[in-house]
Amino acid sequence: MQLEADRLTCHRAGRRVLTDVSFALGPGEALAVTGRNGAGKSTLIGIVAGLIRADAGSVRATGTGERTLPESLHLVAHRDALKASLTAAENLAFAAALLGSAALAPDDALRRVGLPGAGALPVGYLSAGQRRRVALARLLVARRPLWLLDEPMTALDAAAQDLLGGIMAEHLAGGGLILAATHAPLPLDGTRELRLGAP
Amino acid sequence: MLTRLANPGFFMRVSGLALAPLAAAAALLFALGLYLAFFASPADYQQGETVRIMYIHVPAAWLALFFYSIMAVSALGTLVWRHPLADVSQRAAAPIGAAFTLVCLVTGSLWGKPMWGTYWVWDARLTSVLVLFLMYCGVLALWRAVDDPGRAARAVAVLTLVGAVNIPIVKYSVEWWSTLHQGPSVFRMGGPTIDPSMLRPLLVMALAFTLFGTALHLAGMRTEILRRRVRSLTLLQAERLERAAA
Amino acid sequence: MMRVFAALVRRDLAIAVRVGGAGGLGLVFFLMVVTLIPFALGPDLNLLSRIGPAVLWIAGVLATLIGLDRLFQADEEDGSLDLMRLSPAPLELVVLAKCVAHWLATGLPLALASPLFGLLVALEPAALGRTALSLLIGTPALAFTGAVGAALAASIRRGGLLIAILVVPLMVPVLIFGVAAADPANAGRDQALTILLALTLASGAVAAIGAAAALRGGGQ
Repeated sequence: MQLEADRLTCHRAGRRVLTDVSFALGPGEALAVTGRNGAGKSTLIGIVAGLIRADAGSVRATGTGERTLPESLHLVAHRDALKASLTAAENLAFAAALLGSAALAPDDALRRVGLPGAGALPVGYLSAGQRRRVALARLLVARRPLWLLDEPMTALDAAAQDLLGGIMAEHLAGGGLILAATHAPLPLDGTRELRLGAP
Repeated sequence: MLTRLANPGFFMRVSGLALAPLAAAAALLFALGLYLAFFASPADYQQGETVRIMYIHVPAAWLALFFYSIMAVSALGTLVWRHPLADVSQRAAAPIGAAFTLVCLVTGSLWGKPMWGTYWVWDARLTSVLVLFLMYCGVLALWRAVDDPGRAARAVAVLTLVGAVNIPIVKYSVEWWSTLHQGPSVFRMGGPTIDPSMLRPLLVMALAFTLFGTALHLAGMRTEILRRRVRSLTLLQAERLERAAA
Repeated sequence: MMRVFAALVRRDLAIAVRVGGAGGLGLVFFLMVVTLIPFALGPDLNLLSRIGPAVLWIAGVLATLIGLDRLFQADEEDGSLDLMRLSPAPLELVVLAKCVAHWLATGLPLALASPLFGLLVALEPAALGRTALSLLIGTPALAFTGAVGAALAASIRRGGLLIAILVVPLMVPVLIFGVAAADPANAGRDQALTILLALTLASGAVAAIGAAAALRGGGQ
């Protein structure tokens, strides 16, 4: 698929956060959205996900087939959408049923993010970094071409960051797209950068 | 002695040994008490056979209060001495006390059907027990609402003690309310005028209930200690996951 | 579609059972309201028996209100609602599934336990049955109506009291026909029951569309 954003402008709570932001993203490409706090990184992710309405400009996706843009993307944001009383496997199975186009089984996805055997544990028992990885495992249980990641490296140690890098590289090699808001450089080669709020 | 017994590991060993004899004694007393209550005691000249419900009802009412007292004492243990075993005792006592309160309510209304012609009358005693039941429900709900057992124990301890202070006030207000409306309560159960032929089975049953309740409490405390171990083991398992991945 | 529906219902029920929130609390609250009324009115069994169905219905409405504030708010806070917005299944279906799960965890136990609580207000056996039946048919309407308020207040902190103010006026018709259907002495009780059923079905449709619209707007 092909993603194109054209002159996006957005106000939030009376303050202008995005001004004329444009970018294009094709298969196998990753775009790192950077900028200081409050530069509108999360807002941009929210607009692409269809959760926030832009005041001007447009987001177009082509080549998604019968599916709309929100149905073609994964979102892993600050709020991890995990229920503490359910086990990691139950959380992932629910996400897979909700999102459709099932890919890996929950336990296999957990193995890929370095949490083998965590399937039976309630998420409430996991540490922040482990919860983050369970949320990232959601990327693997349903097949969707565009990954929107908001600060994906938060709470991850070096080993987990390498794992995430491998998973992202594999997704790109398969023709996937990644749009990530991040402070730290992504553990990926050849990432383009979109700097927000620059003078 | 008390501090030694208050060590959870030691408590598990001693209570494991004490549980079986206690339960056996309760069962024997129940057999004797039920025999006395159903075969070896006369029917009441006024209430007929239904008087036999009293042999369950009155001990259940006694245990309903007994377990609230256990909770209150344990609550003091939690707040003043901050002892983990007091938390465990509080936690185990709550559902058992609620269950006996419910038994008391159900038997009371079963007894009321032939006596009053209806399952429920807003009689001062029954109504007080109903309020006690609601207080137990509040305690149980608070236990479930807080995840961390230590924090939950302190919150419940405060609630239990506030409740304990209020119980006499509630009881006297309900009695006042009941006389104000001249409720239909004319029957008195128990009282000092009870005939020895009925007093004997009642006392045996009360003792059987007490032993049974104590055995349940011990078993409940053991379950709670094990539940906490499962909790910390699960937390440990989550930590190990980290090390295995690193 | 049905897979998403079933997955949502199963998840919400599993959470309700493990966290033990709304269902048990709703029942206890129901019992508390039923207990309070005789304290205020006096223990006159004839009077209580006459107003019994009304007491149970008011207690039912109040108990329904308790669990509502977390219906969508919990999912909004942890981001689950964003996940649902990305599902190929329409948001209307998501709303219906969550309402069904909420009713199974709170309304159904309440309707099933109502004969027991009816004994407290000295209801006759006929009235006990009618009240339970009317609650069984009417409580889904309460849950659906409440869901609209819950969706509107989903992204508002301390929305709990707000929900009550928003939805109680909308629950008035359900209360009117519910109590009318519960009273065995009422000649029009069967018509009332039919209207109650119609209200439940209609409020299901209104809730699905209304709450979904509210949740879409709340995404900003």
